[in-house]
Amino acid sequence: MGLLERFAAGDLEAFEALFRQHQKEVYAWIVRIVRDSGIAEDLTVETFWHIYRSRERFNPQGNFQGWARRIATNAAFDHLRRARRETELPDGFACAPSENPAIRGEIREQIRQAFQQLPAKYRLVATLALIEEQPYRSIAEAAGISPALVKIRVFRAVRMLRKKLNSLGVEVGAK
Amino acid sequence: MSNEENNKEMKELVKQAIAPVKDTELRRDLWPQMLRKLNEQLPPVPWFDWALAAILSALLLVFPNVIPALLYHL
Repeated sequence: MGLLERFAAGDLEAFEALFRQHQKEVYAWIVRIVRDSGIAEDLTVETFWHIYRSRERFNPQGNFQGWARRIATNAAFDHLRRARRETELPDGFACAPSENPAIRGEIREQIRQAFQQLPAKYRLVATLALIEEQPYRSIAEAAGISPALVKIRVFRAVRMLRKKLNSLGVEVGAK
Repeated sequence: MSNEENNKEMKELVKQAIAPVKDTELRRDLWPQMLRKLNEQLPPVPWFDWALAAILSALLLVFPNVIPALLYHL
């Protein structure tokens, strides 16, 4: 019996082996979304807890990594939804070295705050697409939506950010 | 300026304001944490199982001569 079959049958040792194989990849994906290493660790454990509980629904012929990433994305999404307006972007992950001297600290802070206030489903795709520069196809597979919908959500997120910044007096293109 | 250009400018601003996560390396093995969670979440023994065990123990105390027969059948 293969590892995935043993896992699906409830073998704890098989689950441990899968955990050790995939924990780094799952963590790396989650930390890109939530941008906090401690929270990402907790959500990684949460993801595997969900994986373990759902083992009977897993098809051993299927793609474990893709399945795990999908569950990880859901866990991160739930966190973003709960944490909206409650948390700040951690300082350690905050700012890129400014290539444009026009982007002053104050404007940068306003962009970060506006980004923070995006609804979770937009923030999720915008973080992965705009900041982490992940391919739309990967984001779509992880979020369980079509690449076209990812593109639409990114477009809407950018439009929301622009409106928000314009309302704060930061001129980004036409209103 | 067209909407598309505005959005492109906005995307650039976001990229410059918020950096990608540089350190995506997991620093420690999370299996011990996972194992703790698995152990915490194991379902508790239902009350009727405890009641059944108590009744069985009481019966064995009252009728100790059934113990060999019970062991034989186990």
